[in-house]
Amino acid sequence: MPEIKVTPLGAGQDVGRSCILVSIGGKNIMLDCGMHMGYNDDRRFPDFSYITQNGRLTEFLDCVIISHFHLDHCGALPYMSEMVGYDGPIYMTHPTKAICPILLEDFRKITVDKKGETNFFTSQMIKDCMKKVVPLNLHQTVQVDDELEIKAYYAGHVLGAAMVQIKVGSESVVYTGDYNMTPDRHLGAAWIDKCRPDILISESTYATTIRDSKRCRERDFLKKVHETVERGGKVLIPVFALGRAQELCILLETFWERMNLKAPIYFSTGLTEKANHYYKLFITWTNQKIRKTFVQRNMFEFKHIKAFDRSYADNPGPMVVFATPGMLHAGQSLQIFKKWAGNEKNMIKEDIAAITMYIVIMPGYCVQGTVGHKLLSGQKKLEMEGRTTLEVKLQVEYMSFSAHADAKGIMQLIRMAEPRNVMLVHGEAKKMEFLKDKIEQEFRPLPDPKKPRTMHGTLIMKDSSLRLVSPEQALKELDLNEHQLRFTCRVQLQDPYSDTDTLSRVYNHLKSVLKGYTVQHLPDGTVMVESIVLKVSSSAEDPNTKVVLLSWSYQDEDLGSFLSSLLRKGLPP
Amino acid sequence: MAAHLKKRVYEEFSKVVQQHPHEEVPAKKLRLTKPSKSAALHVDLCKASSPTDALQYLLQFARKPVEADSVEGVVRILLEHYYKETDSSVRLKIASLLGLLSKTQGFTPDCIVDDVINTLNSERSHQVLAQLLDTLLVIGTQVPESLNMRHRLIDVACKHLTDTYFGVRNKCLQLFGCLGSVDKPLPRESEGGGTGMAAKDVQSIISDYFGDQDPRVRTAAIKAMLQLHERGMKLQQIIYNQACKLLSDDYEQVRSAAVQMVWVLSQLYPESIVPIPSSNEKIRLVDDSFGKICHMVSDGSWVVRVQAAKLLGSMQQVSPHFLEQTLDKKLMSDLRRKRTAHERAKELYSSGEFSSGRKWADDAPKEKVDTTAVNLIDSGACGAFVHGLEDEMYEVRIAAVEALCALAQSSPSFAEKCLDFLVDMFNDEIEEVRLQSIHVLRQISTHITLREDQLDTVLAVLEDSSRDIREALHELLCYTNVSTKECIQLALLELLKNLTKYPTDRNSVWKCLKFLGSRHPTLVLPIVPELLSTHPYFDTPEPDMDDPAYIAVLVLVFNAAKSCPTMTALFSDHTFRHYAYLRDSLSHLVPPLRLPGRKLTSAPEASGLASSVESAQNFLKESLTRVCSVQQLDAPGAQSLLEFTIRDLQRLGELQTELAGTADFCATYLHCQLLLMKALQDKLWSVAVPLYLKQNAMVSGAAAQVLEETYKLEFLYSGLESRQIASIHHVRLQAKALQLVLLARTRRGVEPLLSACEKFLHEVDAFQRLFVTELPHFQDSFVDKLLDIMPRLAGSKPADLVKILQTTLRHSCFPQLKLPEQIRRATAAIIEPTGESDNPLRFTSGLVVALDVDATLEHVQDPQTTVKVQVLYPDGQSHVIQPKPADFRKPGPGRHRLITQVYLSHSAWTARIYLPRALSD
Repeated sequence: MPEIKVTPLGAGQDVGRSCILVSIGGKNIMLDCGMHMGYNDDRRFPDFSYITQNGRLTEFLDCVIISHFHLDHCGALPYMSEMVGYDGPIYMTHPTKAICPILLEDFRKITVDKKGETNFFTSQMIKDCMKKVVPLNLHQTVQVDDELEIKAYYAGHVLGAAMVQIKVGSESVVYTGDYNMTPDRHLGAAWIDKCRPDILISESTYATTIRDSKRCRERDFLKKVHETVERGGKVLIPVFALGRAQELCILLETFWERMNLKAPIYFSTGLTEKANHYYKLFITWTNQKIRKTFVQRNMFEFKHIKAFDRSYADNPGPMVVFATPGMLHAGQSLQIFKKWAGNEKNMIKEDIAAITMYIVIMPGYCVQGTVGHKLLSGQKKLEMEGRTTLEVKLQVEYMSFSAHADAKGIMQLIRMAEPRNVMLVHGEAKKMEFLKDKIEQEFRPLPDPKKPRTMHGTLIMKDSSLRLVSPEQALKELDLNEHQLRFTCRVQLQDPYSDTDTLSRVYNHLKSVLKGYTVQHLPDGTVMVESIVLKVSSSAEDPNTKVVLLSWSYQDEDLGSFLSSLLRKGLPP
Repeated sequence: MAAHLKKRVYEEFSKVVQQHPHEEVPAKKLRLTKPSKSAALHVDLCKASSPTDALQYLLQFARKPVEADSVEGVVRILLEHYYKETDSSVRLKIASLLGLLSKTQGFTPDCIVDDVINTLNSERSHQVLAQLLDTLLVIGTQVPESLNMRHRLIDVACKHLTDTYFGVRNKCLQLFGCLGSVDKPLPRESEGGGTGMAAKDVQSIISDYFGDQDPRVRTAAIKAMLQLHERGMKLQQIIYNQACKLLSDDYEQVRSAAVQMVWVLSQLYPESIVPIPSSNEKIRLVDDSFGKICHMVSDGSWVVRVQAAKLLGSMQQVSPHFLEQTLDKKLMSDLRRKRTAHERAKELYSSGEFSSGRKWADDAPKEKVDTTAVNLIDSGACGAFVHGLEDEMYEVRIAAVEALCALAQSSPSFAEKCLDFLVDMFNDEIEEVRLQSIHVLRQISTHITLREDQLDTVLAVLEDSSRDIREALHELLCYTNVSTKECIQLALLELLKNLTKYPTDRNSVWKCLKFLGSRHPTLVLPIVPELLSTHPYFDTPEPDMDDPAYIAVLVLVFNAAKSCPTMTALFSDHTFRHYAYLRDSLSHLVPPLRLPGRKLTSAPEASGLASSVESAQNFLKESLTRVCSVQQLDAPGAQSLLEFTIRDLQRLGELQTELAGTADFCATYLHCQLLLMKALQDKLWSVAVPLYLKQNAMVSGAAAQVLEETYKLEFLYSGLESRQIASIHHVRLQAKALQLVLLARTRRGVEPLLSACEKFLHEVDAFQRLFVTELPHFQDSFVDKLLDIMPRLAGSKPADLVKILQTTLRHSCFPQLKLPEQIRRATAAIIEPTGESDNPLRFTSGLVVALDVDATLEHVQDPQTTVKVQVLYPDGQSHVIQPKPADFRKPGPGRHRLITQVYLSHSAWTARIYLPRALSD
């Protein structure tokens, strides 16, 4: 029994730098190639020396698969392909392929241009890396080579996120990447068919949480924003450029539309405009509502949401501003926050999806340092750089819009795919332990094995390979004649009549017994039951002993043997 | 010997099989039975050089209908070709044609059963086999009463059940489902032949195929079982376990059918007890199946999800604590071993070892609950409705909302709990879902009282820009109970806000406040001074009487005051004045109040409403019987009796809105009689014409009026039976006769009279044809007498005819009016534009202006086709406009709402006034 070996190079029992090596049927596949936001040294990338100590990456890996465009799943890609050196195929979905380089470039700019790091990948490297990418479609089975095939399933989470099924021969692995089992305002829910893989490698960020209905969250969010705006207040929603931002935008946009509100909504950041463009293009990857209505109007063409300009922050009157980054640690969101912090009417929404994601990606950094975290833990006075303190008078609200599957979602996916084994990654060890128990408890009675089915086929061993083909094709290919197998059998009867009379007696007998079958008496002295031929002749020694000759083909074996046993019992008088 | 046989088998037997049945069908006989059609087909088929050609002929042939008497011949021809044909696609088509033909009206298909069964035995192609079985199925369903035939067909199906092709097995199972006998067990035939194995009944044979290797066959097996259920066979409980196993099938069609199956069984055996696997506990079957169907709400296929969600709504026998679990996703601990009810109640919403994800950083693993505990139902099942309501597909969401409604209607405690979830659905991204959830909330509103925070969420939707949503919400508020006076205040506030934002909602908002006030008088009482802004010491300025918001407040207060007499003491002087004004101008919104120092005009309505309706009905009947005696009275007496009755009926209609339609109808009918009677009793008939010109004019006027009234009677009322319509036509006939007589008296010349007479005779004839069945009720009436002498009439001269008519008219009696159950008068009330226009519409001549029309139609049947809008321009021109079908909404039974835009345009008029009118045609 060949074995499947799974080696996490990152994100085994933590979150960040997702990178999992799978060896299955002699093939080596790398699943995701992410980076860790929490470190600025070598630890931020997966440890490729695990592979390179034995030779080059290209020789070892058969392919690399990227599940979605978040940096903790694709951040190390240019480093791996260009700096460590990998020339094989990299698979990702179309939207991921489109958006991934934007994010990588942004990331590079921040690290190199702002922080001044050297020895980092360059823009050219990103471009070269993207040239190695092979795009995938949903549910399309791609043959990487003769034996290895991969297939992508929809995963929700972010635009273009996919789960991948990897199959070599009869063994298969499903890697989920990050996924979401509850649909949101712009994406659908993850779906997989009953593919019964040997191993399901599932993320488990929310292993111990079962979330309340998302409707409550949406209602609370809309109500808070609406109330504030109605009172003439300003709302700041710090978000990361991609993912939740789009969901919240759609949520607010439709609400504004429905309620006929006039207060302006702004979105700050240049990156989002580019990304929004792709959201408009990849309509097929979004949810039912957007897919159905885009003919009349593309939901991502926002009517009420306009680009933000720095000067708008001082405008009087109500407004809602989406600003990056999501953790208030720098950039425009922090600037706006500083400006508004003293005003009681205003309110901030902490987009917690973004924050959790961020915490997850660089724990320590956000948890201890960022303004966002301080606010969340309830601090009212913030120390800013330059020893100034900022008194926070505005309300801070806290909402969780997360796009990861919760415990129930994970269970649901397991039930959908019916894997033989489940492996949890991308989460905290303690929580995984808890979920592991739950899964064992719930699925102890293993799912039914596949239903047996009969197939006719021929196994051809030729040119040292095995193939299963239909019998006709096999005959043709091997240039053989088809042989028919017929059984013949003699039954002796004691019957004192002439041959023809006996035959007609046999005929009548069969006709009375075999109702529903065609029994025919043919003029040439035979009786046919279906395709079985009966003939009567007298035996040479004793004219009273009649010999009935039966002949049937292999296919009619059941009927034939029944007939012979019937005749052996003799004819009725 | 063997060698000889072998050779023979190779050479001959296939041909022999085909020729053999062919000989049975002599061609001569065919020509006798059907010369043209079948012969043509025969020729066509013989001409066909290749199977494709033959197929083409058959396809063409299938398009044309075949008469019942030629079916048999055609069938023979087809069978003959069937035996000869070697191409299986042609045989397939023939087989399907046989099925098609046996459906022909008037053709009894038993005669071809034998042939079809015969061909079945010699057929090798599986597809053709399946098609032949389908044909048998058609034949079997055509002759449902023949038991013998059914048994034969079932035997055939039994034999082919073991076929390797799925289609054949499918059809066999279908045969079982449609024809399997409800009572008799049947012998199962092994494939070896006729020796019966253990006799098995239909159900167990079908359930054997629940485990078939092909999903399509599994589906067919379940469907066949469901078919048996539909035909009244009681399914056995043993298949429950098998059905439950099929719920986790790989294929969605199987799961979908299995869900249905489990549901059927849960309805059949709700109270039987089933064990929970892996434990020794037992629960009711309906609870178990409820849990299983809940589980299917998170199925991978949305079709199954929709079905599961729909079925959940109809499982009303389920225990309450299972029901509650559908609303909380993490009630894990409650699903375990049963605890005391007290404990459960305490932990219901706080329990669960999972975190809710609502608070920051509270998702550290909690203490584990004893792992040896047993799950009563799968954890996947809890929160089924939470899942259903946030499903990706709106079809699932709508189904879930409807199921919630059905369950909540039967369980008040569940209604209370699902309230929050329904309110959340007001925020759905698809308007249909939002609207549906508002309607649902209205339906269950009798069970619930809204808390302040819930009301707050509900009211937030009032700002929705969709008119349908807002109106649905107003409707909801009409039926809602609230708990505190703050709620009333809040609702009023939001409604007023709505009013300022969308002034067109005026009527709807007022109506809503009317109900709100009359439902909660005690809650309104403490806030009256605030609402009317009165002050104990100071006079406050008098509010503007035309302000819709002020009217809204007054409507609320007056309706509350109706059942709270102390409230009037809090009113200030101008409130009384405004009351008097509103009572007149908006009488449908403002109820009569018992005011100090004023006499109450209307009678006390305290005495039970039901009894008053009954007495009114009695009164109606009495008046009608009284009218019957009109024949015996002399002319003036009869007339005055009719006049009084008409007056009474009209008054009755005003008092009793339930009987308004009926009373109105009767009054109008009697009015017609009265008019006719007056016209006939005039002396004019005995005096020469020229002397009575004035009288003549009056009579012709009366005739015209009667004609008009009869048209109204016929088309304005719904619920009429053919007997009433006959009566109406009868009156109309009389009026026409009258006109004819008048014409004869006033006009000179035979020519116009001749054609008029002819027309009249035609009409009498038409009457007779239309109301043949009603004629016995018209004994001794005008038409009866007329029909008696009809043959004579047809040949007589116009002058004679007129004479006869005149005498019959005067000497025939009126048929008695028999009332049907319920007559409703169709009405149309135009809400917008209002009649008196303060600001006339101005538009440039030649250009188009759009006018919003908003009207309520009551008791109009099929308004999409019958209702038109007529615009009258000041210069007398009128346009009739057909509104779009989408402009009609249906807010309640018998009611329609027309909201449309009418485009006005006029070339040479500087218009000031308009008068659109909804016409019921």
